[in-house]
Amino acid sequence: MASELKIEVNERIWTISATPGTPLLYVLSNELLLDGPRFGCGLAQCGSCSVLVDGIETRSCVTPVESLKGKSVTTLEGLPTWYAKQKGLSRAPTFHPVQQAMIDEQALQCGYCYNGMIIKAAELLSKVPQPSEAQIRSAMNGHLCRCGTYPRVTKAIQRASQMVLEVNK
Amino acid sequence: MSDVFTSAAFSRRDFLKTGGALIIGFNLCGASLGQEEVDAVAFAAGPDQPDSKQLDTWIAIHADNTATIFLGYVELGQGSSTALLQIAAEELDLDMNQVTSVRLDTNRSPNQGATAASASIARGGPRIRAAAAEARRALLTLASKQLKAPVERLTVSNGIVSIVEEPKQSVTYGELLGDKPFNVPFTGTAPLKPISTYKIVGARVPRNDIPDKVSGKYLYMQNVRVPGMLHGRVVRPRGQSAYDAGAEVLTVDESSIQNIPAARIVRRRDFIGVVASNEWDAVRAARQLKVSWNPIRTLPGNAGVHERMRAAKTNDLVLKESGDVISALGRAAHTVSHTYHGPYQSHAPFGPACAVADVSAQSALVMCSTQNAYETRGQLSQVLGMPVGKVQVQYYEGSGCFGRSCYNDAAQAAAIMAQEVGKPVRVQFMRWDELGWDNYGPAHLAEVRAGADASGKIVAYEYRGWQHVWSTTETSQQLAQGTPPGESDDGVARQLNKLNLGSMYDIPNVRLVNHRVPGINGYLKGANLRSPLDISFSFASEQTIDELAYLAGIDPLTFRQRNMTDLRWLGVLNAVGQAAGWKPRKAASRSSDSNVVTGRGIAVGTHLSSYAAAVAEIEVNKGTGQIVAKHMYGALDAGLAVNPGFIENQISGMLVQATSRVLKEEVTFTNTNVTSLDWNSYAVLRFEESPEVTPIVIQRMDQKSTGAGEEALCSAAAAIANAFFDATGARLREYPMTPNRVLAALGRARSDSKKLSFQPSTTQDTVSQRA
Repeated sequence: MASELKIEVNERIWTISATPGTPLLYVLSNELLLDGPRFGCGLAQCGSCSVLVDGIETRSCVTPVESLKGKSVTTLEGLPTWYAKQKGLSRAPTFHPVQQAMIDEQALQCGYCYNGMIIKAAELLSKVPQPSEAQIRSAMNGHLCRCGTYPRVTKAIQRASQMVLEVNK
Repeated sequence: MSDVFTSAAFSRRDFLKTGGALIIGFNLCGASLGQEEVDAVAFAAGPDQPDSKQLDTWIAIHADNTATIFLGYVELGQGSSTALLQIAAEELDLDMNQVTSVRLDTNRSPNQGATAASASIARGGPRIRAAAAEARRALLTLASKQLKAPVERLTVSNGIVSIVEEPKQSVTYGELLGDKPFNVPFTGTAPLKPISTYKIVGARVPRNDIPDKVSGKYLYMQNVRVPGMLHGRVVRPRGQSAYDAGAEVLTVDESSIQNIPAARIVRRRDFIGVVASNEWDAVRAARQLKVSWNPIRTLPGNAGVHERMRAAKTNDLVLKESGDVISALGRAAHTVSHTYHGPYQSHAPFGPACAVADVSAQSALVMCSTQNAYETRGQLSQVLGMPVGKVQVQYYEGSGCFGRSCYNDAAQAAAIMAQEVGKPVRVQFMRWDELGWDNYGPAHLAEVRAGADASGKIVAYEYRGWQHVWSTTETSQQLAQGTPPGESDDGVARQLNKLNLGSMYDIPNVRLVNHRVPGINGYLKGANLRSPLDISFSFASEQTIDELAYLAGIDPLTFRQRNMTDLRWLGVLNAVGQAAGWKPRKAASRSSDSNVVTGRGIAVGTHLSSYAAAVAEIEVNKGTGQIVAKHMYGALDAGLAVNPGFIENQISGMLVQATSRVLKEEVTFTNTNVTSLDWNSYAVLRFEESPEVTPIVIQRMDQKSTGAGEEALCSAAAAIANAFFDATGARLREYPMTPNRVLAALGRARSDSKKLSFQPSTTQDTVSQRA
């Protein structure tokens, strides 16, 4: 039976009603109407549904919603605010540097996998501001792209890395 | 010989380095096209559709001096909707921020047929251009009256019409028409702008969908919600059986989901689904519902499919016959003859198919990600038992589909469930539904023979190919109505591709024989998978050409140059060689005993138009059998490149996808079911395995725009196969080139070289060399 619980998503506490075991993804899509994380496999194999949980990239399609008690979830929509907080910026930018770099590189094709690509890249840059190409490939290896845009994602992450460094200056 | 052959000609050309990619711009006067044209196809307006002969069907001018363009094509993630707006803005003298398009809707959009065969720009471009020119002419006629000046004295910039000598005398398009209809016929007679004056067409305008796509604001099909909608899932065996077998329900145990009381079972004959207002309830009910299915054991298994096709009673068609192949082979100094295998491969969209249907007794609205809204509408009318005119289909972009994946199936499933429960239903396929019930790119078998004379001139070429055509009955309809499985006719993209098989070379004796395998009994469902069958064709054909080069002792690029005269084929071949820094040498002349060896390969190819060539640089681990594509180069000549940036993105993507398809992808199945149902069992290329890419766009402002969405795939795949030979001295004639097959090929090559030291090889596959 559905029970009421509170989860923190994008800096806001939401009271939701869900059967225990419900994956976070379905709550984000259908209760919170967030369209960034999307269903791709339901098996934690592709990265389509990724979110940050306390800054760690997490597959929302296999994460039971009740396991998030006391944790902070950030989706693609909340990424600019999350970044501003991290960097101590007075205002959230329109786009996280990774999002901006994806636009600048015109990286995507269908773009369906980019929720996960951007979430994972944001996590990477928060830990390793200047990743090598090998570090990028290794970090991103669990995120699939069927259109074949991996080379452009790599370039965009490198570009975003420069943008993050300039903010630090 | 033309100067295109010489490297000096290259240095004169204009190589513009932009963002790691090369753009080559040059004019090619008097170039022979040599390719069949994809003609503009006229589609009559169906019921409830706007009249395509009226200008208002195509363009609307708004009071705020902006324009809406009604596109007959859908955005599949390639940027063509932005590119078509570039064409409209250019001809209308508007800025890009003054033009928008609306999503395709069978009740609102002009019917331009399917968005397929990479033809959005080739077919759609000329129409949009003509409509925009007609609109401009109509607007200038209105402006002429308003400004009391003849049309010849008027000029337009950003939709502001002014008198040339008196720029203060002006009026905007918005003021002239402001949301009122043109009420003029679309005659196609308005004069077009000279291409030399283009500012927007040919420019790297950024795509209009990307900012929303990176911020979670873009409305993908999977994000469409309507009030009161239920969530539905299909319940099927895990993995399809043979096409004709469909799926037969023996029993349904309703009690197996009694712990999910909100879920309801929907059944129509053998079609089973579950609906629930909560999506997770629907997902787990579908997973939990115990259905017993009649097992049908008529598939050959993926390892036996080629043998079955070869033994089948086929429908044979000689597609091309010139000269006398047999006697030319008899006279040739070098001959090769081999058999090649290509697997079934899946479209495998990253996001599974999704559709929302709202069905009443009188009408139906179905939102889905179809490439052909009109085909989908026709099928839905049959499934719903409703006249076509009462069914409205709206397109919402989904995940890249690469041909007819499960989008029609999902649309039908949503429609059936919505009709059964009387409420709107959203159906999303699960990963195993999408990978297990796809209309796969068909498997292929080829027997190729070719010969060259002592000077390295190709004198004979014969290609015999076996495959089945496409299935036409979608699974939902088959299961719900017992509709018999149907097959498409023979035809382009469903039989040997004449453009890809030898025709780029000047060969006097050619024979192409298509063996159509009957695909209904004992095979998987099939359909067009991006650049249908071309990877299998080029994998066989371009390895054959490469072997002739090897036997003739000639560098593979040089050998191809010597056997071509078509300037556009030479253009891409030379451009890709130049980009890769190709230095002539015989293939496999650097093989070494080290465990990890490197190699390079080259190939050319296309789909139904355009010209492409690719170079692959790979690494082979002889111990593990692992192939890694290190760097892929691809050159594409698609005529006038409306947006070179978009084409670069297409080429890059094709280089990566081709690597995935030739190295990794294969649908596996037993005698009963498909077994590749997730991203482990249907493995695709990952980030760490991705090559570096160098895309090269050949810009030809003086040529018609042709396809750019699939044409570079097959040469890229074949280049990898040729690079494998260069690296190892062994040939692999079956793909995907998995570690097991690599190790087997290396083993065969070792034992062949031992045998050859005693006596000539007498295996079925022969490579002979005469003095």
